[in-house]
Amino acid sequence: MQRVCHRDPMLKKRDDFEDILEERRNSSDLRYALRCYTPVLYKEVTPCDSSMLKGMVLQSDQLHFVINQVSKETGRAADDLKDEASAILDEMAQCLQLSTVRFFAFVLSKVFKTLFRSIRVNEEGIQRLQQAIHEHPVVLLPSHRSYMDFLLMSYLLYTYDLALPVIAAGMDFMGMKFVGEMLRMSGAFFIRRSFGGDKVYWAVFSEYVRTMLKTGFAPVEFFLEGTRSRTSKSLTPKLGLLNIVMDPFLKGEVFDMNLVPVSISYERILEESLYARELLGVPKPKESTSGLFKARKVLSEDYGSIHVYFGQPVSIRSLAQGKVNRCQFNLEPRHIPRRSSEEIQSFVNDSAYRLVRAQEENMVLKPWVLLASLLLQNHHHQDHQRVAGAQRGRITLEDLTAQALWLRDLSREYGAFLHWPDHTPPSEVVSSSLSLHQGLVRICEGRVQLAVEQAEAEAGGIKEPQISVTPEEALLSQAVVILSCVSYRNQALHVFLRPALLASAIHTASSNCKQEVFNSFSFLRNMFSNEFILCPGDTVQDFEEACYLLMKTGALQVTQQEVVVTTSGQRTVAFLTNMLDPFLQGYQVVCRFLCEEASDNLTEKQFVPAVRKFIITLLLAGRLRYTEVLSSDLQKNALAALLRLGAVQKVKGVEQGTLKVNKVMVNSLEDTLGGKLPTQKAVAARL
Amino acid sequence: MASNSSGSSSDRQRIAQQRLRIIAGHLQRPEDGDSAVLSAECKGQVSKTDEEKTVPKRRQEIMKWNGWGYSDTKFLFNKKGQAEFTGKRYRLSGMIIPGLKDWMEGTFGANLQHKSPATPVLTSSAVQPPTINEAFVEEVKSTGIPFSHDAEDRVFRAHGHCLHEVFALREGKIGRVPDMVIWPNCHNDVVKIVELACKHNVCLMPFGGGTSVSSALECPPEETRSIVSLDTSQMNRILWIDEKNLTAHVEAGIVGQDLERLLNESGYCTGHEPDSMEFSSLGGWVATRASGMKKNIYGNIEDLVIHIKMVTPQGVIEKSCQGPRMSTGPDIHHFILGSEGTLGVVTEVTMKIRPMPEYQKYGSVVFPNFEQGVACLREVAKQRCAPASIRLMDNEQFKFGHALKPQVSSIFTSFLDGLKKLYITKFKGFDQDRLCVATLLFEGNREKVLQHEKQVYDIAAKFGGLAAGEDNGQRGYMLTFVIAYLRDLGMDYYVIGESFETSVPWDRVLDICRNVKARITRECKDRGVQFPPLSTCRVTQTYDAGACVYFYFAFNYRGLSEPVHVYEQVEHAAREEILANGGSLSHHHGVGKLRKEWMRDTVSSVGMGMLKSVKDYVDPQNIFGNRNLL
Repeated sequence: MQRVCHRDPMLKKRDDFEDILEERRNSSDLRYALRCYTPVLYKEVTPCDSSMLKGMVLQSDQLHFVINQVSKETGRAADDLKDEASAILDEMAQCLQLSTVRFFAFVLSKVFKTLFRSIRVNEEGIQRLQQAIHEHPVVLLPSHRSYMDFLLMSYLLYTYDLALPVIAAGMDFMGMKFVGEMLRMSGAFFIRRSFGGDKVYWAVFSEYVRTMLKTGFAPVEFFLEGTRSRTSKSLTPKLGLLNIVMDPFLKGEVFDMNLVPVSISYERILEESLYARELLGVPKPKESTSGLFKARKVLSEDYGSIHVYFGQPVSIRSLAQGKVNRCQFNLEPRHIPRRSSEEIQSFVNDSAYRLVRAQEENMVLKPWVLLASLLLQNHHHQDHQRVAGAQRGRITLEDLTAQALWLRDLSREYGAFLHWPDHTPPSEVVSSSLSLHQGLVRICEGRVQLAVEQAEAEAGGIKEPQISVTPEEALLSQAVVILSCVSYRNQALHVFLRPALLASAIHTASSNCKQEVFNSFSFLRNMFSNEFILCPGDTVQDFEEACYLLMKTGALQVTQQEVVVTTSGQRTVAFLTNMLDPFLQGYQVVCRFLCEEASDNLTEKQFVPAVRKFIITLLLAGRLRYTEVLSSDLQKNALAALLRLGAVQKVKGVEQGTLKVNKVMVNSLEDTLGGKLPTQKAVAARL
Repeated sequence: MASNSSGSSSDRQRIAQQRLRIIAGHLQRPEDGDSAVLSAECKGQVSKTDEEKTVPKRRQEIMKWNGWGYSDTKFLFNKKGQAEFTGKRYRLSGMIIPGLKDWMEGTFGANLQHKSPATPVLTSSAVQPPTINEAFVEEVKSTGIPFSHDAEDRVFRAHGHCLHEVFALREGKIGRVPDMVIWPNCHNDVVKIVELACKHNVCLMPFGGGTSVSSALECPPEETRSIVSLDTSQMNRILWIDEKNLTAHVEAGIVGQDLERLLNESGYCTGHEPDSMEFSSLGGWVATRASGMKKNIYGNIEDLVIHIKMVTPQGVIEKSCQGPRMSTGPDIHHFILGSEGTLGVVTEVTMKIRPMPEYQKYGSVVFPNFEQGVACLREVAKQRCAPASIRLMDNEQFKFGHALKPQVSSIFTSFLDGLKKLYITKFKGFDQDRLCVATLLFEGNREKVLQHEKQVYDIAAKFGGLAAGEDNGQRGYMLTFVIAYLRDLGMDYYVIGESFETSVPWDRVLDICRNVKARITRECKDRGVQFPPLSTCRVTQTYDAGACVYFYFAFNYRGLSEPVHVYEQVEHAAREEILANGGSLSHHHGVGKLRKEWMRDTVSSVGMGMLKSVKDYVDPQNIFGNRNLL
């Protein structure tokens, strides 16, 4: 694999895109759906069909071992357990059928053409993928922002005559009667979201995935992030499936495997406001067929374009080179499941982070992402200064365009994969971006602002303006707009993350001393490692990268001892600090809540509603600037960080999962985040 | 090799004759004045009958100084561009091998126009003058044990047959070589030499047949003392045969072919037939834990030895009796077996012998693919019915074997061959690029052999195997002896290669074969080898719990500036791959200096400590300073 080099992101070479919808608009969808399909297969493929696969799994040594073990432990008859295993497999297994795929190819062609202006794919990536599929078993790792993702993936692979993948899907899809079966026939296999200590389930599941890989049956596709990211930030990777797919390589059952990160970027996400509501506590609608049809409304809107970037295939063998001693599997039969060694755990974890970063890096950013970042900062900044009502959060189109150009150049310096149409006048780029997201922005007399007031009005009901809305309701409807914007800003976060952490570190550190700044950086990085994709153990590397980027743009001077912001760099550093500020504030608020408000027997379940209530109060009282802190994602991440740091513990209280808060420690973490305590003290507090 | 005779009456006759011979041998022995008091005395140099023995003191008289085997035997391309095998020693000798050229060109991209000839003669000036320990030499002179400072003699004992060693010789590059060669004639000579070496602090390096492929014979460049190569080749007598217990007491310098021939004359054999048996010595087998092709019947060297005598700086180590098994603490033989010349010189060995087999039969089975073949071998091992030898070659080796078919004598044979091929590929639907072949050798009582044969073929049939005739089998085994000559031919045309081996549990055989072959291919590509390498393997031994796998690896090095370095890197990577896939560091080649770096991981630090402390006790001065193993 090519080790991603972070030294100079400007030099990153990326492929060009081709629009696949163009051909769809000019030729018959039916003929397309029925065309000859002869994909390149793995060169050492063991020819088999879905039912043979099942047989191989049920006869595997691993499953036999686990069944006998469970039988001994529980006293249940082995035959009984075998039947159970067989039933699990029936519930799980895909039964990929070309006819179903052809049906989807037809329907999706119609749908995609209605929804999207274009679907752009890097064809060089497709060629690399074809080669990769031929050479070794392949694991496809797309980013996950929408339900659309896996249908889109299969659609693309069909379009390019590539082997259709089998896809790990959450069990919740199975609830959608007819659709579930359709998905199964297009290659989805279903996994329960949690199966705790069910050894038989785990054995069947892992063996099933491994068998499909080893035989070269089909590329295996799953989402490293585990679930759709509601915030458009990449989620910290889930390791279960990655562990399973790496196993055959580590145990020498295949020579190598190719992991292919795929970055799918949506100009406008279908689930945009749905996600925002969900983050604000309106529960997620259960997946149901009728619900899907209700979503028909979305068909009438313009969702811009999709960019799909098939990344460089990553060879597991090269990933493991020098990191894993495979001899550790020599002394036990390989079919006996055993706990991964620490070496392997950290290898898998590290690899997962690298892969998610590879996804992030090839996400295409649209100009709107930069506009959303600017508009949000502007909104909060002016809000904070209590500008008179009508002027609140407004910025002239000219100013916005100028700022956007500045940010465009900055983000390019930082290596962003920005699709800014350079041959179009900037003002046009800005206005067309704004018009695609007219639900979120309002342009009035040449001034732009977030459409929060509009939202307030809608919440009140336009027909009955006299019925006053409770302040809370108004706040929540504003928050929907803000969180939607935030989700676009978040798309660019990975570009600015490291410099932003450094900028905040400089801001919170009590001096310019490099070591102190580093300590502060390291503290923030550690604090936010549930929030952002930060490879564990890469602190020094990240710090150096951040310094390099800020120095390159002239915003920073770094000497042996000192880190100093230049005069010309003030603007950049301010922008970066502002970008991270909502998170800093949010984490502090969560800490304050835990110290001041949390009852002794607060459970994990009650945490989000309680903290939300606390935050609403603060927001309404004007004591908190950022509405986005209402995002349950942020709140959960903050709690996870505190749990990880040991400032909060989960104990068995009256109820399962009662939170025990170490108030001294939480308090000192809050102070450190706010820059009131030097980093060293916080470290000491942790010890 | 002795072959089957047809009809039971002639069998009986043969056995009777054999008995007669044995008895005659018995009667004659006391008349042979020399051997009456053999075990105690050295033979006189004059009475030695050189024509009976293969290895003279001046090995260069019959063997190549910079390649494998006999000087008169080699592969070459004749004027017509056809491959030919010269000499008279082997079945293939004097024959034309029509397929070899195409195979070499097709497999390696080699070309007859591109030659890489070897330096024809050894120039003595390339050899460093010897470092002589005068006092030691003086005392040796007084013992009358023959020795030499001749450059050729010294160079001949400075190497084994690793690729880098032979490659350097072909280029005329000579590194550190022994300063002196000494030829003891018996155990007592060795005792004297070792005593003198200790007295004068001289480094001793035992030399047997010189067939090492582990850099074991390389002189440590950092050694400043005088290095004396102790050539055991003249200690080559069978001292006695005990027919009651079926054992023979033999001097350790005897080479395999002499040992078998001499025992055969008395109607016996050891059945120990490593691939190198023409040149490798009994002492070398003991010192490296050798394995023979027919170990399924006769066992490996550790199963064959009853008693070993080794001369060490601390004195002679041996057991007091010849009991077949003892419970007397750790078996001291196991300090000696595999000690690779680091502890002392093995001088005499009592070995098990067996009556010569009445009947031998070759055979072969074609499988649709390697997986089926391995499954069959595993089943054969499970049922413990392995023939004397059973080997499974992969597809590449099968094709290689085919390329080495000599020109057929009649149109009829080639017509039959065509038919066979048609039957296997068209009628049975075997894929020519996937099928593989197992070669078999059965030995023993005729009736039992036939019965055994049926059993094995029945098992093979269950795995889709088709009997493919005796010829294929026999040719497979013959290739074992000529393949080493073939490397020299390759080196004449920019092709370098080598073999290496491992042992591995059954469930990992397929994985290790695939992964190591793939690793070789990938490493070659990564290191700029311009042509796809030959990367092939065979399963050569079966055990209850696993198998021995043998890899061949060769490539065309045109366009590479440092081919040997590339070769070594790839071999190193291949060994890492073997270890990562649960294979052993070595099955029978030994560790030498080539694989030392992995010893600690292989035997654990405590294990290393144990071995070291034995070395420290036995040889505190590091007289046996070849620095192998540890």
